Amino acid sequence: MSNIDFNHKVVEMKNITKKFGDFTANDNINLTVHKGEVHALLGENGAGKTTLMNVLYGLYQPTSGEIYIREEKTSIEDPNVAIKKGIGMVHQHFMLVQPFTVAENIILGMETTRGISLDMKKAVEDVKKLSDKYGLYVDPNAKIQDISVGMQQRVEILKALYRGAEILILDEPTAVLTPQEIEDLIEIIRSLTEQGKTIIIITHKLKEIKMTSNYCTIIRRGKRIDTVKVSETSEDDLASKMVGREVNFKVVKKEREKGNTSIKIDNLVVKDNRGINAVDGLSLEINSGEILGLAGIDGNGQSELIEALNGLRYVDSGKIFMNGKDITNKSPKEVLDNNVAVIPEDRQKRGLVLDFSMAENMILENYHKEPFSKRGILSYNNIENFAKDLIKRFDVRPENEKIKAKALSGGNQQKVIIAREVTNDPDLLIASQPTRGLDVGAIEYVHNALVEQRDKGKAVFLVSLELDEIMNVSDRIAVIYEGKIVGIIDAKDADEKTLGLMMAGGGKDGE
Amino acid sequence: MENNRGNKYSIRQRILSSKLTFTILSIIMGLLVGAIVLLIAGFNPVQAYRIMIDGVFSRTKYISYAIIYATPLIITGLSVTFAFRTGLFNIGAEGQYIIGALVATLIGYFLELPLVIHVIVVFLFAAIAAGLWGGIAGFLKAKFGVHEVIATIMLNWIALYLNNYLVMRPFLRRPESESSYDILDSASITILEKWKYSETGREWLSAHPYIKDFLSAPANLGFIIAILLAILVWYILNRTTLGYELRAVGFNKDAAEYGGIKVEKSIITSMMIAGALAGSAGALQVMGVTKNVIMLPVMEGYGFDGIAVALIGGTTAIGNIFSGLLFGALQYGGPKIQPPLGAPSEVVDIMIGTIVLFIAIPKLFKIIMNARKRGEKNAK
Repeated sequence: MSNIDFNHKVVEMKNITKKFGDFTANDNINLTVHKGEVHALLGENGAGKTTLMNVLYGLYQPTSGEIYIREEKTSIEDPNVAIKKGIGMVHQHFMLVQPFTVAENIILGMETTRGISLDMKKAVEDVKKLSDKYGLYVDPNAKIQDISVGMQQRVEILKALYRGAEILILDEPTAVLTPQEIEDLIEIIRSLTEQGKTIIIITHKLKEIKMTSNYCTIIRRGKRIDTVKVSETSEDDLASKMVGREVNFKVVKKEREKGNTSIKIDNLVVKDNRGINAVDGLSLEINSGEILGLAGIDGNGQSELIEALNGLRYVDSGKIFMNGKDITNKSPKEVLDNNVAVIPEDRQKRGLVLDFSMAENMILENYHKEPFSKRGILSYNNIENFAKDLIKRFDVRPENEKIKAKALSGGNQQKVIIAREVTNDPDLLIASQPTRGLDVGAIEYVHNALVEQRDKGKAVFLVSLELDEIMNVSDRIAVIYEGKIVGIIDAKDADEKTLGLMMAGGGKDGE
Repeated sequence: MENNRGNKYSIRQRILSSKLTFTILSIIMGLLVGAIVLLIAGFNPVQAYRIMIDGVFSRTKYISYAIIYATPLIITGLSVTFAFRTGLFNIGAEGQYIIGALVATLIGYFLELPLVIHVIVVFLFAAIAAGLWGGIAGFLKAKFGVHEVIATIMLNWIALYLNNYLVMRPFLRRPESESSYDILDSASITILEKWKYSETGREWLSAHPYIKDFLSAPANLGFIIAILLAILVWYILNRTTLGYELRAVGFNKDAAEYGGIKVEKSIITSMMIAGALAGSAGALQVMGVTKNVIMLPVMEGYGFDGIAVALIGGTTAIGNIFSGLLFGALQYGGPKIQPPLGAPSEVVDIMIGTIVLFIAIPKLFKIIMNARKRGEKNAK
């Protein structure tokens, strides 16, 4: 499996320290990567792995330390120098021009010309050649806005290769991909290293490190903890090195007692922004005392379903009953009053007012109620005491209720939302991708919070694109495909293959 | 994570990163650019600035005038600030001001009421009318998605021509003039207006020259009301559930909606309050200074200047008081350089423009600051 050429050190970072004011993001880090190697950088959110790569790519200047590229000391002042040295970076958030075609995006800034006119024909040919060479199949003439996220990532990789990249930095490459797309990406990485490319992956997903990488450097709080050979290390080892303590992967659950129907969704039809039926005759029942996981590939109506349940999206037909009461097309406030709480999919867009303090965010749904306000006047005393209490109970850091939500790490932002929603004591808690972008420690925390709700006899509806999460946490698993439930199976009987097949529209007969 | 360390920063860094520092730096830059322009035009900037400072502070009458100039600007600034904090850009303070002034004149002239009550009624009617005027833009945005900038600009012109139409009707027009009838004395808020021209008043004032000088300008209660309004705006925004809702909508509409706040209603409410504020500026100006409205050949600019006042005031309620005073002083003291030096009073506009420009680009300061830091480091 190894294509490593140990005689060639492609990247060597020596004693890199990067400070922001008093804060040390990278503390004396060493990193060596050989030609043809896949090297993973593992660390929690905010550990400093992206900072280190931004230093390598010339986006930051190190406070001290030296960088050697191909055993030659190099000062990388800006990304242009990095590109010249054959370093390419694919960011977590893609930087593509949506209305442009694939080929146009790839050649952007390095256009092929004939005289003064753009030679699109040659560009398309070049892109085709390049994609054949590395097995990165794309349609050069398709527009970015029409292709899937996985395809867009390929375009980003091709863009870097087109600029002559020999060293590719991939920042959280799987965060936005479906399971199938992740498999494709792993294949692409393999083919790239076969051709002598070197790859550095920034990630906090252990499973993918096991599948892709030769070596792994673990960073914790700005310091390099260890560099290990992946084939000789277990996932548990990696996790405890990353977090600094033992991590429990398996969610511990008591046996459940089957409760009454909490929410009943009946033949629901909801349109998406383009006016197409995203939820297309969906029926589902969730009982109290259970976690029902909804598995499915992104874009099969999950977001629209949640928004409809939340009262944010119009229901064209069908009914939603909560505790037997019709809550179809009620306002978000009325839904909340019917004991439904939602942990939204996009915590920064829907879940938080980033410019509000933590305390102000914690009362987002209850600001108009006592004790937080009386006759329209807010009581900051009560609000802050309430927040202090939640911060303690839910272990939010830093312990300062006055700090703005935007200053919190992703995991702590999610804790603020969970604290708020759970304190509402809802009969039904809807959690939409609650662990997206979180590290292992925070994920463990979120999962426990969901199980706790269930053990209290409440219903939990977990929507996630992470199949592992669904299988790990749920009692029953429903699979959504093209806006319909194509099957429901007990989590005990579920395996990845069956679910994957159902998610792809295969369905499960007789269910 | 990086941000968590905020409290560890040194005091020097905290001062450098504070908003107030940027504002003060911007004002200094404005003064500097003004000086350079004067220098290029062949005038002595030190002399010019001395004349301006003397022109504002050397007599109590001048101070009185600067405050009178500042009063409507503080309030239109509050109007812009209020909308801004809710995520709306109120270009319509100008038109709302006109409506406020017009309604104040109508109520002040046609309605006969006892002393204090008349003032209150005029004020309330003007504020409500202008509030509804502002609410139109809010309604159009909430219901039909019409951008408030477009809607308020058009409403400004409608207000202007409505004003001109009514002022020229026989029932309101003072014959042989371009203005309306004056409001009744019972609706005036000018301080000691009758008394200062009376026998006893004159006698007393001649014994107290500073107060006499101060009252020789149309000193009025407007400034006190402006300060009260600033406190009220601060209170509403920061201490009430209404303010919480409006700020939530301003910062993040999607999260506010998810939290159960009615976004459309908030937009309308916010524009109504912003309108009422700008309208009360118009009403106070009529009751305290002009006593009537005139046929307007062009926009007077109180609303537009309010945008600059709000920006310089950091879009905070209390900041508006200070930036309004700065503006009033510059607008009153600035033109005084024209007669003795022959220097163009437009320098004041250049200064204000520069201040706003620098406030709008705090990043520039940061870049300059970082470049300096790097320079220091390299020197070591």
